[in-house]
Amino acid sequence: MPDLLFELFSEEIPARMQARAAEDLKKMVTDRLVDAGLVYEGARAFATPRRLALTVQGIPARQPDLKEEKKGPRVGAPENAIAGFLKSAGLNSVDEARVEKDKKGDFYVALIEKPGRDAIDVIADMLPVIVRTFPWPKSMRWGERSERPGALSWVRPLHAMVATFGPETEEPTLVHFAVDGIESGFVTYGHRFLAPDPISVRHFDDYVAKLEKAKVVLDAERRREIIRTDAKNLAFAQGYELVEDEGLLAEAAGLVEWPVVLVGSFDETFLQIPGEVIQATIRNNQKCFVLRDPQTARLVNKFVLVSNMEAKDGGRAIVAGNERVIRARLSDAKFFYETDLKTRLEDRLHKFKDIVFHEKLGTQAARIARIEQLTGELAPLVGADVGKAKRAARLAKADLLTEVVGEFPELQGLMGRYYAQAQGEDEAVAHACEDHYKPKGPDDLVPSDPVSIAVALADKIDILVGFWSIDEKPTGSKDPYALRRAALGVIRIVLDNNLRLPLVAAFRRAIDGLLSTHSALINVDRLPVELLAFFADRLKVQLREQGARHDLVDAVFSLEGQDDLVLVVRRVAALGRFLDSDDGRNLLAGFKRAANILRIEEKKDNASYDGAPDEALYQLAEEKVLARAMAEVKAEAGRAVAGEDYESAMRAMAKLRPHVDAFFDKVTVNVDDRALRANRLKLLNEIRAATRAVADFSRIEG
Amino acid sequence: MSELPPYMRPERSFQGLILALQRFWADHGCVILQPYDMEVGAGTFHPATTLRALGPRPWNAAYVQPSRRPKDGRYGENPNRLQHYYQFQVILKPSPPDIQQLYLNSLYAIGIDPGIHDIRFVEDDWESPTLGAWGLGWECWCDGMEVSQFTYFQQVAGFECAPVAGELTYGLERLAMYVQGVDNVYNLNFNGREDNRKVTYGDVFLQAEQEYSRHNFEHSDYEMLFKQFSMAEEACRKYLADGWADKEKSRHLMVLPAYDQCIKASHVFNLLDARGVISVTERQSYILRVRELAKACGEAWLKTQAGGQG
Repeated sequence: MPDLLFELFSEEIPARMQARAAEDLKKMVTDRLVDAGLVYEGARAFATPRRLALTVQGIPARQPDLKEEKKGPRVGAPENAIAGFLKSAGLNSVDEARVEKDKKGDFYVALIEKPGRDAIDVIADMLPVIVRTFPWPKSMRWGERSERPGALSWVRPLHAMVATFGPETEEPTLVHFAVDGIESGFVTYGHRFLAPDPISVRHFDDYVAKLEKAKVVLDAERRREIIRTDAKNLAFAQGYELVEDEGLLAEAAGLVEWPVVLVGSFDETFLQIPGEVIQATIRNNQKCFVLRDPQTARLVNKFVLVSNMEAKDGGRAIVAGNERVIRARLSDAKFFYETDLKTRLEDRLHKFKDIVFHEKLGTQAARIARIEQLTGELAPLVGADVGKAKRAARLAKADLLTEVVGEFPELQGLMGRYYAQAQGEDEAVAHACEDHYKPKGPDDLVPSDPVSIAVALADKIDILVGFWSIDEKPTGSKDPYALRRAALGVIRIVLDNNLRLPLVAAFRRAIDGLLSTHSALINVDRLPVELLAFFADRLKVQLREQGARHDLVDAVFSLEGQDDLVLVVRRVAALGRFLDSDDGRNLLAGFKRAANILRIEEKKDNASYDGAPDEALYQLAEEKVLARAMAEVKAEAGRAVAGEDYESAMRAMAKLRPHVDAFFDKVTVNVDDRALRANRLKLLNEIRAATRAVADFSRIEG
Repeated sequence: MSELPPYMRPERSFQGLILALQRFWADHGCVILQPYDMEVGAGTFHPATTLRALGPRPWNAAYVQPSRRPKDGRYGENPNRLQHYYQFQVILKPSPPDIQQLYLNSLYAIGIDPGIHDIRFVEDDWESPTLGAWGLGWECWCDGMEVSQFTYFQQVAGFECAPVAGELTYGLERLAMYVQGVDNVYNLNFNGREDNRKVTYGDVFLQAEQEYSRHNFEHSDYEMLFKQFSMAEEACRKYLADGWADKEKSRHLMVLPAYDQCIKASHVFNLLDARGVISVTERQSYILRVRELAKACGEAWLKTQAGGQG
């Protein structure tokens, strides 16, 4: 069966868009092929800086024929209705239509046979539409045609298109079409400098081979591997080790068609700058890799660059040029770093008075003051020295005003630590400058030093309470202030450090801090509860990822006052284990049965049965036994819960099970005696109440 | 290049580099203009780019534009940063199909041989909030150094470019440092001579950098500048209003003088910004005010002869 080769040759496509574009191209073409009844065998798409390419193998040469019945107007319908039907069905007269019957009478039916078209024609119609509607994140017009309405828009100027179709063993046919003056053909071009001449290509195989000869590696994955291997080997040959960087690797592979890896060096004196600053300078500005000494794990004065050129001089000029740029960049970085060291962190703080954190939440200075205050209040609760914690909170954001962080925002925190250490701060204070931002993501470490913990919690709780207070909560996919991450950060810090921190009280402290400087706040009364619900949602997501059931989290959170996350998690775990046991499952079934009966009867009577049952009205042994058991279990479970021993609480609960089972076996609830019925319903309600000692069973599924 | 005397060679002489670029683009049919006689932040502000990029008429021009970035002053102490520097600007409307190749040939003309250098087009989308303009293109890298900006203008002064112009901007000092192999801008050989006849970039500009840095950061008369901003803004609006030939606004007769005031306002804003007297929140509103002027100028330009009317 025939294959399709399609290439779009353009000016340089941004590296970050290439992979997605290749996928989009594949999807657009193959979706349309399938829609057209052309089920193909396989497809692969590729991207380089100058081209998108697609091969689709095993496309049927023709579409299948289609037969379709088209229902027409009634026999005897107005003439123009019948004429319209004939026209749309492609019939010459009503004699060519069939007449069928339904309840309302006779009507015409046309049998339309649509012979399949040649696949090449279908493809020739489809490709220009795909080119015109390609979903580039940003696209542009160019050249003379750009002033015409409907001018083609592409990521950068499009120059040529290859489109061939045919079985592997034969000369393929040109899929002929044109888009805005560009005609499809057999011709593409090689590397911009190394092989710029036109190349005539036929099938995918010879396309790849001819490109390779013309110094173009089509497959980005292969370019990545070439860079990775060559970079590692070059590093190794010098006795060093490549600092791997997948993001940079992907970008580098998107900037070259013919990767040539070279090593350069810089003056050793630059190694006085923190390694992270060197790496950020070399990576962000120059898209080069850094190397380290495998023994010491420290950076060395070498870098790896990826060029797109097999230079006539073996790359001497390229290395020299890159070295010069890197020297200039590192000089800047060194100057920034040394300038930063001349000003103490606390001496920068006054500038925060002029920097607005958020229009409705005041300046950065106000925010820092709040964080400092809250840190001081949280410090004793997390075992941190209050003085150190407050000092850390004061200094933690100061590095935002340094030159290095201005240049490399991703180094915020880290530079704070370096500068704090340089000015002789306590180690715990210095580390808090860096670690209070953590965890920055699901894979990031959680701070464990009490001083860092206090500042990290205060920072995150302040931002959450602040944005809640001005009603800027995350919605759907929108979370511009990364509030979900902040909440999850608090959760992880609390849980990983096993911190017994009642959140609602912490929220209230933060609110008090806000209120001392800002008056126009909304709904602060409900705020802690709403924010806690947000935490419950985050915790659910977190626990679900660890395999816990989200309904159990709900079952625990819906009890009053559950704002101690450590206890919530322990209770959820105990509950999960309990529900996995026979006792647990049966008790839950008994609970559900009781709850169902109650719900139905309460609705029927339009009454609630939540009073205490009257012992005098118990008639059967099962009632008395159940009542007694519940009293005991409630007391026992209550004691266990108070002692934070959820396993024992669950074990106590389990004791209810035989009595509940026996009750349902022997006792009829809906008896004619109204007082007796009411009393039995109240007893059922006691089951509901008793289980609330450990969880809200009504939230549990199954 | 071989017939050039040594002191004119672009790899030895700053002025030789400029002349080589002018020569190259003159050979390709560009009008070689002289710098615009007002303070601007970039070559793009020259009416030969901003205004000429609008409207249907073809336009090919090249020129050096002294560019002022008051905030980038470093008292002459930074080897790479200047508050006054030169851009070489090329505008080709409509953008020719071989514009990338033309650009590469221009590099060759100033001594950058693509056979031994690594020349790359790295994504860089350009946007000028003050001009209400944007375009897509690249930073052009030579061996890891950005030597030019390459932009296909899509919109200027809030109007679609039809046709699209291609804009090339060469940072001349940086390029010269590269081809001369010099690490400090002040050490650039300006006139290509040696010994006592040699004039360096520092000889020409170091004192100016020191003086303007003092002025920009410490002494500029900001009360006057605030007034100048308002005056320029008012004048721009007045000239635009007065320039309409008829009530239907079918023709405009005085765009260029109005646009001068827009440029003036923009530069005054940059001075105020460098002086640190504009707060973060005010900053945005000043930028918007300049943009409104630029837009109004663009609108009027489209009603002039060079803008395509008649």
